[in-house]
Amino acid sequence: MKLTWLRLPLKVIAWVVYMLLAAGIVYGVIGLIRLNGPVFFLQAVLDGLKLGFVYALIALGYTMVYGIVRLINFAHCDVFMVGSFASYYAITRFGWGFIPAILLAMLICVLLNITIERIAYKPLRDAPRITSLITAIGVSFFLEYFTALKFVFGADFITYKRPFEVVVWDIGGVLLTNITVIIAGVTLLLLILLLYVINQTKVGTAMRATSMDKSAARLMGINIDGVITLTFAIGAALAGAGGVLYAIAFPQIWTFMGIMPGLKAFVAAVLGGIGNITGAVVGSLLMGEIEVLTVSFLPIGSRLRDLVAFLVLIIVFLVKPTGILGEPQVEKV
Amino acid sequence: MQVLRRIPSWLTTAIVAVLVFFLVYIANATRLITPYVYIVTELAGIAAISALGLNLIYGFNGQFSLGHIGFYAIGAYSSALITKDFVSRWSGGQFTAFSWLLAGIICMVLVLQSFKWLHLGSMRKRLVNNLSYLKPYEQMILVAIVMIAIAAVILATGAAAAWLLQKGLNIVLSVTIPALPAVVSKNLMLLLGLLTGASLAALVAYLVGLPLLRLSSDYFGIATLGFAIVVYTLLQNSDLVIATMKGARGMVEIPRWTNWTWVFLLLLVSVIVMRNLIHSSHGRAILSVREDNVAAKAMGIDTTQSKVLAFTIGGFYAGIAGGLYAHLQGFLHPSTFDFVRGFDPLIIIVFGGLGSMTGTLVASALFSIIIEGLRVILPQGFEDWRFVIYPILLLIIMLLRQRGLLGSVEWGWLNAPYVPVRDIPLASGVDGANSGEEV
Amino acid sequence: MKSKLFAALAILMVLSLVLTGCQPTTTSPGTGGTDGPTFKVAIVVPLSGDVKTFGESTRDGAMMAIEEARAAGMRIDVVMADSKCDAAEAANAANKVITQDGAKYIIGEVCSSASIPISQIAEQNKVLQISPTSTNPVVTINEDGSVKQYVFRACFLDPFQGEVMAALAIELGAKSAAILFDVGNDYVKGLAEYAKASFEAAGGTVPVYEAYTKNDTDFSAVLGKVADANVDVLFLPDYYNKVNLIAQQVKEKGITAIMVGGDGWDSPELDLNLMEGGYFSNHYSPDDPRDVVQNFVKAYQEKYGAIPDALATLAYDAAKILIQALDEAGEDNPTLVAEKMAAIKFSGVSGDISFDAQHNPVKKAAVIKVTGGKTEFFKFVAPN
Repeated sequence: MKLTWLRLPLKVIAWVVYMLLAAGIVYGVIGLIRLNGPVFFLQAVLDGLKLGFVYALIALGYTMVYGIVRLINFAHCDVFMVGSFASYYAITRFGWGFIPAILLAMLICVLLNITIERIAYKPLRDAPRITSLITAIGVSFFLEYFTALKFVFGADFITYKRPFEVVVWDIGGVLLTNITVIIAGVTLLLLILLLYVINQTKVGTAMRATSMDKSAARLMGINIDGVITLTFAIGAALAGAGGVLYAIAFPQIWTFMGIMPGLKAFVAAVLGGIGNITGAVVGSLLMGEIEVLTVSFLPIGSRLRDLVAFLVLIIVFLVKPTGILGEPQVEKV
Repeated sequence: MQVLRRIPSWLTTAIVAVLVFFLVYIANATRLITPYVYIVTELAGIAAISALGLNLIYGFNGQFSLGHIGFYAIGAYSSALITKDFVSRWSGGQFTAFSWLLAGIICMVLVLQSFKWLHLGSMRKRLVNNLSYLKPYEQMILVAIVMIAIAAVILATGAAAAWLLQKGLNIVLSVTIPALPAVVSKNLMLLLGLLTGASLAALVAYLVGLPLLRLSSDYFGIATLGFAIVVYTLLQNSDLVIATMKGARGMVEIPRWTNWTWVFLLLLVSVIVMRNLIHSSHGRAILSVREDNVAAKAMGIDTTQSKVLAFTIGGFYAGIAGGLYAHLQGFLHPSTFDFVRGFDPLIIIVFGGLGSMTGTLVASALFSIIIEGLRVILPQGFEDWRFVIYPILLLIIMLLRQRGLLGSVEWGWLNAPYVPVRDIPLASGVDGANSGEEV
Repeated sequence: MKSKLFAALAILMVLSLVLTGCQPTTTSPGTGGTDGPTFKVAIVVPLSGDVKTFGESTRDGAMMAIEEARAAGMRIDVVMADSKCDAAEAANAANKVITQDGAKYIIGEVCSSASIPISQIAEQNKVLQISPTSTNPVVTINEDGSVKQYVFRACFLDPFQGEVMAALAIELGAKSAAILFDVGNDYVKGLAEYAKASFEAAGGTVPVYEAYTKNDTDFSAVLGKVADANVDVLFLPDYYNKVNLIAQQVKEKGITAIMVGGDGWDSPELDLNLMEGGYFSNHYSPDDPRDVVQNFVKAYQEKYGAIPDALATLAYDAAKILIQALDEAGEDNPTLVAEKMAAIKFSGVSGDISFDAQHNPVKKAAVIKVTGGKTEFFKFVAPN
């Protein structure tokens, strides 16, 4: 049935609909900006960036470990929590400054994660993947509840003491705190370091090779155990730094503080394409922005902040299952 | 040839089942065990039903689902709304919630069936083929308009049908049920509530499974995790829609009608249905999807249908378990359904052995015993150590027995049905070496 | 062979379950006294979790009253349970102390959201419950409006507290207010609703009325809205640790509104430097010159080494009310004790208490001001 006479009206309808959609999006964004003023909008964007950068540090750990051993490391968020507590004790008991505290946190997290890897994950490397997953869940529970015991960290909500005074700069109505600047700075610095290590050094090449094909890498003479341990170590260092920065931004720590940020960072990593480092950062920034913009602009947004974030995940999954920057999965027949 | 006398496996299993039932029943009736232990036993049974559902989805079908707790929550809240209506008329009438839910489910199923009958999928393809002379973006628009129009018409018809059906059901129920004696109507409402809640959970599982089941293993897990969290957040804000659900503050005053008889009966039925399903051809199709998806497709098995079937039935089981849980506590709080608690059924089935029903039953009993038993055993002041000891035990088991306690071993009647091997006499003159073998 | 093994395993499991149930239960702080029936009292409070100080103060205040009763000859067995200010934990704890430990009287809980499930379990099991500090009305009444026979409280109600907070804000000259509340907590949400209603009835406006959930730590977006609305007063009707967290981020947003809160602020861990210039309504003040208050403050300080907060005071009063009712009833019968309690006339540290038809006492509130790094009594407000 050749309905050739339908062509022109269809073309017109199609173009009209697409123009309306585009206009709607543009108008919507402008409307958002005009709703409470450009200052409010910029402020919300800045807050989203702050949150997004912290998520990025955690998400990188998840994505790197998954890329190498295909394990969703549920205990990662608790390593993040240990980083916060380590820096808290450094600042309050020993009076250390910001940089020593963050370095100590990173060191302790690295040691912790290496220990966990040796004890719990290495023996199960040849076991079915679900076993490692359950082990990861077990390690996560153990860390949360063991540190909640009275003689360790305790189950209280502790107010975190910031190692520096908060300075607020007013730039044409938009308030910028030194906290946001420091978070952005530290995250970008660590990111650049990480990208340099991954792309320009020999160990980085070894890591990339192992994530592509473990057995081939082994044949090339790469020490797989060493590479895996190094990956866990780097992920933990980033999580430790993330823990300190998160605690500075939202100064209250308790032993279960890692669950929600960890989940959101993991979802962000998947959103950006799990196994992909740039994807983790992009996904995290997107996640942070969605959260903050939802609260700022949706009518009951503050109650729905988690809902919108996860709905976005599901929608992205339906359209592009491997994430925004993920590689399409090749089904080997 | 001697025929060995075998005790039918269903007999031994039935004896054990009856024994277990009466042991707990009598122990409770004579106060040999405290009510606290009785509640723990019921919770173990409920966990077993939920874990059986997840075992079907993950253990037998190989789909890594982290969203099981979402269906558990849906079953819990909807059955609670139905029975609470019956007892305290929160919606204004005794059967409003029930009739709305039942009408809604029936009409939704009819709508989905009509989508299938109209072959909407192939209709879309034929439309696209006919319009091949148009540019792609123009095609998309026309196809989208036509599909949305058809879907809207069907949905509108479905909604109208649901509205009418609800009115009818309400009238029928308000006449028949109050006429029954109180004990009968109470238990009947509980059963109807549980089944409706579970049906709603199964329906949601179907709708959620359709788009998500084509994702590969890890992504499916994450997507279902997202689903569970969406359900959790919706429940936290439910007071905006239905006031009596009270959102994040917790729903109260649910009639506490669950007892050991109900839990045991429903568990028994669940086990029987599951066993028969697994050892049927549908079950073998489900198992083949786990083993090798591509080979299964090559053998002509509709893998999508198997996956959806397993996911829906698993959701139904979770709904039943949730409903029983709601009527045990009398009180529901969204924090019981957050994703951390969602790991419990997963831990149970891996602990017991993936793909083993016996393993799931054993593991859910052990799980409850360990967690609640530790609460009783540990001296006062050390109760916090419960959740330190339990993950250590879990770690040790995972390190020592990687396949779980029972691997994929079944016991008694849960095993594959015994098929006696026939001794087919071979014609004389055929190669002598084969004459003694069984075919 | 295998089938026998598994059968044995199954039976062994059920047996072990039965056996663990037969274990004798342990109780803590022992008995005392010489004659009369032994009353088994459970103290269900948050000893861990986000409002730990509330639970500790409640336990200390109640134990002080119980030890005084023991010294006077009463026999009281005490069982402690930790409910973590969480509804599910509180339900478990209540089930355990009633069915496993056999307690017939409960002093608890602190948080309304935990007291509500306990009240239902207590009501069903005919166990008397008196909550020292749960201020939400729903604790003592059912959804259909009928009164729970076995549930009482020793404090004022949130509708009154909301009025006090709103009236205070009006008195301080506020025309607009922002209210931030936890959507998952009956107490916080209820108090926010009542404060909003009262404030608007008195002519104020509430341009920002935002909810958050218990686990939220990032308040930058919500506070951005508050800053944008330029309000005079910021109502924070939550518990002290959440208020601490929000207050830290308030300064970063350049918000200069006066912060006003409810009795959830009353804790030694409230960061008084952050809350400088803020006010909160409370059940009592240690600066109250009445003899009974000063004697109590001194005795508490001698015993525990700290000034009692409102939680300890109310727990002391609640325990004393229970003891007086037990004394009047004379036998270990919760139904009789409940009748005696409903008709009781009690004079305590936090005021004169007698219960109205909904088992609630009529009491006045003390407004406390935070100034110079300390808390200071501001004024009393009586219900009209």
